[in-house]
Amino acid sequence: MTIAVTTPRFKDNVHEALHDERLQGALLHASNFIGRRSTAVDRLPEFDALRDSARAIKDHTLAHLDLYLEAYERKVAEAGGQVHYARTSAEAVDIVLGLCKERGAKAVTKGKSMISEEIGLNAALEGAGVEAIETDLGEYIIQLRGEAPSHIIAPAIHVTKADVEADFRRAHRDLPPDRDLSQPEQLLGEARGILRNKFLTADIGITGANFLVAETGTSIIVTNEGNGDLTQILPKVHVVVASIEKLVPTLSDVAQILRVLARSATGQDMSVYTTLSTGPRRPGDPDGPEEYHVILLDNGRSAMLGGDFEDMLRCIRCGACMNHCPVYHAVGGHAYGWVYPGPMGAVLTPSLIGVAEGGQLPNASTFCGRCEQVCPMRIPLPKMMRHWREREFERHLSPATVRSGLAFWAFFAKRPALYRFATNLGMRALNLAGRARGRFSWLPFAGGWTRYRDMTAPQGPTFQSQWRAKSGAVR
Amino acid sequence: MDEAVKPALRVGLFVTCLVDLMRPSVGFAAVKLLEEAGCKVVVPSQTCCGQPAYNSGDRATAQAIARQTMAAFEDCDAVVAPSGSCAGMLAKHYPELFADEPDMAVKANAFAAKCHELVSFLFDRLGVRKVSARYDGAVAYHDSCSGLRELGVMSQPRKLLASVEGLRLVEMNEADVCCGFGGTFAVKYGELSDAIVRQKSANVAASGADTLLAGDLGCLMNMAGKMQREGRAVKVRHVAEVLAGMTNDPPIGEAATGAKR
Repeated sequence: MTIAVTTPRFKDNVHEALHDERLQGALLHASNFIGRRSTAVDRLPEFDALRDSARAIKDHTLAHLDLYLEAYERKVAEAGGQVHYARTSAEAVDIVLGLCKERGAKAVTKGKSMISEEIGLNAALEGAGVEAIETDLGEYIIQLRGEAPSHIIAPAIHVTKADVEADFRRAHRDLPPDRDLSQPEQLLGEARGILRNKFLTADIGITGANFLVAETGTSIIVTNEGNGDLTQILPKVHVVVASIEKLVPTLSDVAQILRVLARSATGQDMSVYTTLSTGPRRPGDPDGPEEYHVILLDNGRSAMLGGDFEDMLRCIRCGACMNHCPVYHAVGGHAYGWVYPGPMGAVLTPSLIGVAEGGQLPNASTFCGRCEQVCPMRIPLPKMMRHWREREFERHLSPATVRSGLAFWAFFAKRPALYRFATNLGMRALNLAGRARGRFSWLPFAGGWTRYRDMTAPQGPTFQSQWRAKSGAVR
Repeated sequence: MDEAVKPALRVGLFVTCLVDLMRPSVGFAAVKLLEEAGCKVVVPSQTCCGQPAYNSGDRATAQAIARQTMAAFEDCDAVVAPSGSCAGMLAKHYPELFADEPDMAVKANAFAAKCHELVSFLFDRLGVRKVSARYDGAVAYHDSCSGLRELGVMSQPRKLLASVEGLRLVEMNEADVCCGFGGTFAVKYGELSDAIVRQKSANVAASGADTLLAGDLGCLMNMAGKMQREGRAVKVRHVAEVLAGMTNDPPIGEAATGAKR
């Protein structure tokens, strides 16, 4: 039940994205996050110290994840909730469908959850005859469009206001066709009116979790719209779907990580809502769900523990890496071809769906390092992309042309005398060929370069040959 | 110049494969700057830092080249490269390459500690605060990624450029954003690389600069090649050429106007 993977066609996706004018216009907004983050970070002198502390919290948790999972499960049970373990997407989906079936659920409201995307939950629910309604505005929009999120915190960042208006007119046929939807507030108002009804009639509310707290058995969501609260409080059943690396030991740990999360994501000091849920409604509580379930998803994460990619499990899904990524800015999130885009997706995707399918992503990076520079959890993203390239190379998954080109180059690079001789000859020849213009607009074996830009012609004899000639004469 | 400079520091020039092959004048500019700062410059036999292999996942080849490079520069007090990318490879990634081999790791760490990018070496280590050079033009400086983010090269080139007579420094938007070169990335993902460098080219043009400088020849060839393809009349040079006052050679990708040198 997972979503279609187009990652192997990454280059085609890139081509399409670059030629999609509407998308290119929408993507200009992606850079808005950069200034907001930097302003927020500049206002907090201890930001870097908090990053160190946040990293230490997650590293500690991951080193003892088994213990914290057990402690968390006990606390959830003590609070009257139930923990379900899912090894795979399919198991997680089955658990949700089982809960729906047992309760005769017809409609489910959903808070924004990337895990729900990862396991393909909406399609599964629809397939089982359960109406699934996304209640985050961005998620609601892309659900109407039949699309996947293109950003982990701004799922509809690829959509323009005009697109949303058209989508709403198409989907909300009961409303007067001549209504004014030209302003964002009007679009928001319309969505709110429709979703309000859904909140009140849903049988089950499903949310993700930004944190799971071992100390208290609490799940925490961080939102800006308040939809998450209505999703989890109004229906009789609250189901949390979350992956195992969301665990942190204590509420005080959460408080520390929260200080870097929103600042890195949207540049807010704090998100508008930080909502803590601990078990179902207790006797005397005025409201809240009657049942509380947590589905803990592994789906390949436990295999990352103790290996080259464990650092990736620190990720708190703030989106800063993609907000600062030149590749993401150029093509947007859908080109990455699965659930997680940007640098974090380039590392996580091969871990979760395999390097054979996901291998394009860690290759499609200039290693500019901006992602690592802004990552609040100090995840060495470029280093891990390089690890993936090494895995590919070891398994002979890299293209034959790349391997043979590399072998040819390496033969010379490992033999300095031969290298100096051959390159000097080669550069003199290229210089003769290109001297008149100083550059080439076409060169054999360099089409990947010269198709898009001119290639500089070499100045003539190599530096080393000139230096040797000089040293021989003078020094 | 700073009086704290040790006399005749023996500096090995890691000229980088691109400068060696494509633009030797940058190497000679680096030699001039280092010698003027009181260094004794040597050029051991060398090929490449190994990044093409390292970044393609071919760790064994990268290690072989790293061993060769470390051996070649063994008797140097410092190793200096006119490139943040190659200097970053020597200073930050060689230790990573040998992290699993304790003996080699010690050597790689010691080697890494003496490796520097040219402009930051001049400024931070040798205390150079001004150069005697003249360049008439409005100059935009692009921060190449590895130099900026791995080695902290940002203010040093700007401060030294400010001491060049006749030179007016202008800041372009997104000077610290990648140009889209990325080594083999530029060829393997040509279309994507092109989209990124187009943005860079637009930023350079919008800055009003007539000259674009940076500290890495790969990025410079990428940006020059794009702007030339787009027909933009911006002169592109390595920052060392301007700091050394060696701008007689035509800019990157341009033909000599007069007689052959």
